[in-house]
Amino acid sequence: MKFIRTLMAAATALAVTAFVAPTFAADDPGPAAYAQALKGKRVMLVPLAMGFDLAQGWAHYLKTEVEAWGGVFETRDPNWVVDAGAQAITDAISSDTRPDVLIIHAPDLNSYSKLMKKAQAAGTYVILVDNPANFPADAFVGSDWDRLGQLEAEAAIKGCGENSSKKIGLVQGDQANSSSLYQYAGIMKVLDKHPDFKVVAKPDSNWDATTSRNVTTTMLQQNPDICSIIDFWDGDATGASAAIRDAKLDGKVFLVTTGGGEKAADCDKLQDGTYGAVVMTELARQSGDMNAIIKFLLQSGQPAGTSHTYIYTLEKATTKADLKPDSCWDLKALQAQAAAK
Amino acid sequence: MNTIGWPNFRSLNQEGIVFAIAVVLFVAAAIGLPGFVDPNNLVAIVRSVSVLGILALGMAVVIIGRGIDLSAVAIMAMSVAWYLQLLNSGMPDGLAFAYVLAGVLAIGLLNGFLVAYADVPAIFVTLATGSFVFGYVRSQLITQDAVPVPQGHWVELLGGLRFLDIPIEVFIFVGLAFLFFLFLRYTKWGRYIYFAGDNPVAARNIGIPVRPMLMLRYVLSAFVALIAGLLTAASLHSINTRIVNSTLLYDIVLVAVIGGIGLSGGRGGVRNVLVGAALIGILLNAMTIIDIPLLYQNLIKAAILLGAIIVDGIINPRDEQTAQQGDI
Repeated sequence: MKFIRTLMAAATALAVTAFVAPTFAADDPGPAAYAQALKGKRVMLVPLAMGFDLAQGWAHYLKTEVEAWGGVFETRDPNWVVDAGAQAITDAISSDTRPDVLIIHAPDLNSYSKLMKKAQAAGTYVILVDNPANFPADAFVGSDWDRLGQLEAEAAIKGCGENSSKKIGLVQGDQANSSSLYQYAGIMKVLDKHPDFKVVAKPDSNWDATTSRNVTTTMLQQNPDICSIIDFWDGDATGASAAIRDAKLDGKVFLVTTGGGEKAADCDKLQDGTYGAVVMTELARQSGDMNAIIKFLLQSGQPAGTSHTYIYTLEKATTKADLKPDSCWDLKALQAQAAAK
Repeated sequence: MNTIGWPNFRSLNQEGIVFAIAVVLFVAAAIGLPGFVDPNNLVAIVRSVSVLGILALGMAVVIIGRGIDLSAVAIMAMSVAWYLQLLNSGMPDGLAFAYVLAGVLAIGLLNGFLVAYADVPAIFVTLATGSFVFGYVRSQLITQDAVPVPQGHWVELLGGLRFLDIPIEVFIFVGLAFLFFLFLRYTKWGRYIYFAGDNPVAARNIGIPVRPMLMLRYVLSAFVALIAGLLTAASLHSINTRIVNSTLLYDIVLVAVIGGIGLSGGRGGVRNVLVGAALIGILLNAMTIIDIPLLYQNLIKAAILLGAIIVDGIINPRDEQTAQQGDI
């Protein structure tokens, strides 16, 4: 009997313990530590400009998350002017409300290096996004541009096919921006492995659509049998596509480009056949990576500039055949959502 | 004042020098570059400079009247961006266009008014209005740098329009050049622009309405910028306001000045714009065919401009009058 009573008591105790166990979860130290480390922290995004899809997408996802954990999110708009960006960063570092995390979209390899060093010295974590720079930032989040170029070249080779002229034209960005230089290096790596494919011309667009159109017109004029063109950014590839349309070569020239995966800029144009393939950055995931590293750095307790992490976004070339409803994000929808708030 | 007809090579001026350089380049490219003299390539050359040329026509008229319009590119990009934004937000076409046209004319009038009646130097006025137009439209009226043309809209159809396989913008450039030629050479107000540009005080003393005419020139320049913007959007199916930050504005001034329109006013005409545009068009096309990187293209472009200016300085030393008035 005694044994049974003991057993029952034990069972009851166990049951009770099991029952009350969830209440211990309220004392999980995580949320409190999380809140203490993050609350009131300031995050600032300084992109090349606020007026284009990538920056607006990042800002949306970062703002949502930062404000959710009680932080302050700000952006600065240098509007493609390097000096204005430098000024914005300088002001931010020296202001009373110095950001705890500075997210910088570098215009080239070197321009902001000194400023970023200053920011770290003042105790601000520096995260580079999208464009790499010659600077050991706390983290780099963005594309591996070399890999991205390889994906573009592979898409172009596939788009051309075995029985084509095997002539490929490039419309580069410029000769200063890391995204352009590394993209070119990646493309050439793949083409070196396919010696039968030839680059017949590689002009620069200087990221301008009209220039892209003019150089592509000349390129097609000189080589009407080009089977694929790789334009280094969807922001100016509208020019290359206009040249292809004007030359009545739609459907014959496979246009490959890269972009932020915005619906109107990329998916709609894959759908209507303007672009053959787009290597798209998954913006939501990239922003998620940024959010994660921000949260990590702010809780790490390590001084700014002590560790260097590279978080490359998973990229893939999307064609019309593998377009899905969620392949792109919709800037208009995000703006409508923001306006409704 | 220049005579009508071919440049007189015995007294070479800058226009003649630039024309000679253009011809030499053309012949060299025709011999050395395969496909250069292909009719399609020649059309492509003219087309590549037609928007630039149209803007340079407006700039030329302003410069001849001893002014400068640094707001041209801002007006071109922002007016069309605003127009397309209005269309995309569902406004009826007629109303949207009326708004934009009114806006463009208002900025032209404002430029002219501040220069003519407030006596502010044109370079400051237009620099300021250009920044204002860009800043206001970008921050208040549109949401993004690039604004697409709505599907099936007439601007999109305009871009696909061809006569004899030649893009419409070539005809518009040629047509506008002819109109500007008629205006400058055969109308009273056109001739007055030279007088006002050469010596504004004397022009005013003999009873020419210098100030209203000055306003007209800036309105004309703004209107031409709108046309150039529409043609750009027609071809690309969108307009990117980033172009305001580009070197386009300097290229416009370059085309006008390299062709021989003196910045001190009162000299030059449509022919100078055509010569300047021809040189730039041939140069860019040939360099693209040879596949010269952009950095070197800019270097070569600048070197040729510098060369033309130096040779002009040697052949045509600055006279007493220019020395007194100075350039802008």
